[in-house]
Amino acid sequence: MRDKMMTTDGVVARIEDGMTVGIGGWGSRRKPMALVRALLRSDVTDLTVVSYGGPDVGLLCAAGKVTKLVFAFVSLDSIPLEPLFRSARESASIEVEEWDEGMFQTGLRAAAQRVPFLPMRAGLGSDVMTHNPRLRTVTSPYADAEELLAVPALELDVALVHMNRADKHGNAQYLGPDPYFDDLFCLAAAQRFVSTEQVVDTAALTADAPVQTLLLNRLMVDGVVETPRGAHFTTCAPDYDRDEPFQKAYAAAAADPDAWAAFEQRFLSGDEAAYHEAVKAFHAEQSGASR
Amino acid sequence: MIVTRAEVCAAALSDLFRDDGEIMASPMGLLPTVGARLAKLTHGPDLLITDGESLIMGDVPSLGGQPGVVEGWIPFRTVFDVVANGRRHVVMGATQVDRQGNQNISCIGDYAKPTRQLLGVRGAPGNTVNNKTSYWVPKHSPRVLVDQVDMVSGVGRRRALQAGPAAARFHDVHRVVTNLAVLDFTGPDHTIRLISVHPGVSVGEVRAASGCDVDVDGDVPETRLPTAEELTLVREVLDPRSLRNREVPA
Repeated sequence: MRDKMMTTDGVVARIEDGMTVGIGGWGSRRKPMALVRALLRSDVTDLTVVSYGGPDVGLLCAAGKVTKLVFAFVSLDSIPLEPLFRSARESASIEVEEWDEGMFQTGLRAAAQRVPFLPMRAGLGSDVMTHNPRLRTVTSPYADAEELLAVPALELDVALVHMNRADKHGNAQYLGPDPYFDDLFCLAAAQRFVSTEQVVDTAALTADAPVQTLLLNRLMVDGVVETPRGAHFTTCAPDYDRDEPFQKAYAAAAADPDAWAAFEQRFLSGDEAAYHEAVKAFHAEQSGASR
Repeated sequence: MIVTRAEVCAAALSDLFRDDGEIMASPMGLLPTVGARLAKLTHGPDLLITDGESLIMGDVPSLGGQPGVVEGWIPFRTVFDVVANGRRHVVMGATQVDRQGNQNISCIGDYAKPTRQLLGVRGAPGNTVNNKTSYWVPKHSPRVLVDQVDMVSGVGRRRALQAGPAAARFHDVHRVVTNLAVLDFTGPDHTIRLISVHPGVSVGEVRAASGCDVDVDGDVPETRLPTAEELTLVREVLDPRSLRNREVPA
């Protein structure tokens, strides 16, 4: 079986200007943040990002990587609004296609099944349709003749997802409470990359966990990257919870341009190892301050 | 015993779920969560309630508490199945609700360059054409109750009818509970109508706090007070830290 191990920079090298990139996870939960940080360091630009949005979206918008965003929400969960996404919208620096969150799943499913659209009720009557002239309806060919929304396939050039465990062949496992839609992101994409907390032998995947936790199999994956704490600062239960103090500092800095420049300089100007060092120093400072 | 406004709201929010039977109650926010759990502990034992993450809870913990019994697993993909399947009553928040029953949680101002970007439409479009839907407004004001929302996220009755039978077939916007009153959309041409004012609030106050015409048909009754049993459940079981009185000050 093929060995699909890669580096984060190797993954980013496969992403070209103008591509459509789907990012797994949900809000501030199990986001492939190490891959996002690698993208921030690259010179890739003009991306269309498709995401149940969290800090991945905010960071990529702030770095000027995003031309267009397909989204249903962007949120940090414990902090409802994402400040970097807000400023991108309020300065009209990105184009948006806003979808209902169920439509979003249906669009990914259509792409996964290689059909141009799937019918749905969600979206009808709302301004999701008003602001998105590419959305069309379809009339049922059966006796009911209902006119439903034809949710277009959300075809992706690249999918980036983060899993708790994987083997080097691309079989990957989530151990937390929700698979989110990471399997659909992979099925909807031409190139599929998985970052993971830990690469283990295939047999180890099911040594302590039920087989139902194996969300991705190797035919859904092109590359595997080992990135311990690679979802930081989002949740990656049960390996770690959301880093709430850090997220709070992120959101506070993001709301102010000067503070944001300092935050970027401190946390995002180096590589992934430098990031984790800076986060460690941040926490040492925090516990020092509270003593 | 002095009953706080938040406790009146909790009972009114509980009443939203009356006769809903064995469906999923999906409250968003603090007082709707108290309301749904209160319903389950009183008139609606068959309701399904979740931890807002991925568990269907087999018992009824206090706010922020963990369930002692788990009766099911409901990741987001399954929530979407339930939305489409219909056995659900969602109580959403609203940055704006308008006279026609449309709701907005997406953005304020011009869509191309909003003055205030909010969450995004989330599941509001799909919820409103598939599920019984109510709204919770903790601070009734002319900025929230408006003539026309800036971005229709949740769909009101008239828009659903205009969009055609597929949009209207399962559409069921039920009520709006605010810190001042309970309203529905049974006014002329499915417009907003006052159905009760909370004790101590006048019809004039509700009108003054609304940025749109509110239909008033004859004498408006008072919203009922919580029963002694409900008060005990709210105060001792569901919200012992009195977080409710922070969302709606006494």
